[in-house]
Amino acid sequence: MMTEISLNILDVAQNSVRAEASLIEISVCGDTKKDLLTVTIKDDGCGMSEEQVKNVTDPFFTTRTTRKIGLGIPFFKQSAEITGGSFEIKSELGKGTVTKAVYVLSSIDRMPVGDMSQTIHSLVTMNTHIDFVYTYEVDEKSFTLDTRELKEILGSSDFQNPEVSGFIMDFLRENHGEVSPLAQ
Amino acid sequence: MKSLAELKAIRDRMKGQVDVREENSDATRIVVGMATCGIAAGARPVLSAFSTAVQERTLENVAVVQTGCIGLCQYEPIVEVYKANGEKTTYVKVKPEMVDEIIDQHIIKGNVVTKYTIEASKLG
Ligand SMILES: Nc1ncnc2c1ncn2[C@@H]1O[C@H](COP(=O)(O)OP(=O)(O)OP(=O)(O)O)[C@@H](O)[C@H]1O
Ligand code: FES
Ligand SMILES: [Mg+2]
Repeated sequence: MMTEISLNILDVAQNSVRAEASLIEISVCGDTKKDLLTVTIKDDGCGMSEEQVKNVTDPFFTTRTTRKIGLGIPFFKQSAEITGGSFEIKSELGKGTVTKAVYVLSSIDRMPVGDMSQTIHSLVTMNTHIDFVYTYEVDEKSFTLDTRELKEILGSSDFQNPEVSGFIMDFLRENHGEVSPLAQ
Repeated sequence: MKSLAELKAIRDRMKGQVDVREENSDATRIVVGMATCGIAAGARPVLSAFSTAVQERTLENVAVVQTGCIGLCQYEPIVEVYKANGEKTTYVKVKPEMVDEIIDQHIIKGNVVTKYTIEASKLG
């Protein structure tokens, strides 16, 4: 099991990276009135057949070869469902995949959101050939990081440059802090 | 709310600098396993610590990259170091606190930190 939702997100986004997505959209959306936290990860990677989609939530399904079982999706699904929330995957071969987990915010079984800044920072700086759009929203407040904008300003995708990398981390930390006191 | 404005100033300072992190064959590669088991065992802060350490020391021919499953779950987080001469070292159960030592001793000075390697772990 993961100890933070942000670690599940990092892990499930790695599936999108492996699916050779060129755009990965991640959103973390808290609604304190509805008492829900919705996490969506959408990619335009290779997608899955209906058969595959049916199988992915089963921990014995994986297409990789080094271990016989896939754990990423089952962990993510379980983390949402134990809070009384829900989970779904929609996918189409050649089009892409949307994975959505809904958590009941106030459930004592809900894991902390954890360090979303570190999750997004490592995805963005380690996969500079992929574009990311990340949105964090709590009630009416939100912010977005769109790496296409960063690339346009910089004229490059050199996110490993120390200054750029530092800027991305500061941007994430500061804006997460301003958007919300969402019970971590 | 922090905006992207500052990035313009960074871009201006970067002008003229070449991107030294392009793939090159004499580079040292630090590879962090980021499959589910790696992430669950604590690979994310380890990856961050390596990136930060390499950036802080402006090590120009060192690349920090991630990979999927390395196939040795019980030893996660796993970090493999590939030197330009083809030498490979596998560090196991890596924690962020070990990162400075691995960078300073192994990456910079060339001395493998034997106590953190898989061989040492199997003996212990
Ligand atoms: N976004 C996606 N696009 C295409 N295929 C996917 C996607 N997400 C999951 N899959 C498929 O579902 C399988 C199971 O995913 P899951 O994350 O549960 O396990 P895994 O990635 O195989 O292993 P790990 O336990 O390291 O995560 C993957 O091997 C892959 O074939
Ligand atoms: S599944 Fe554990 S090392 Fe790959
Ligand atoms: Mg996975």
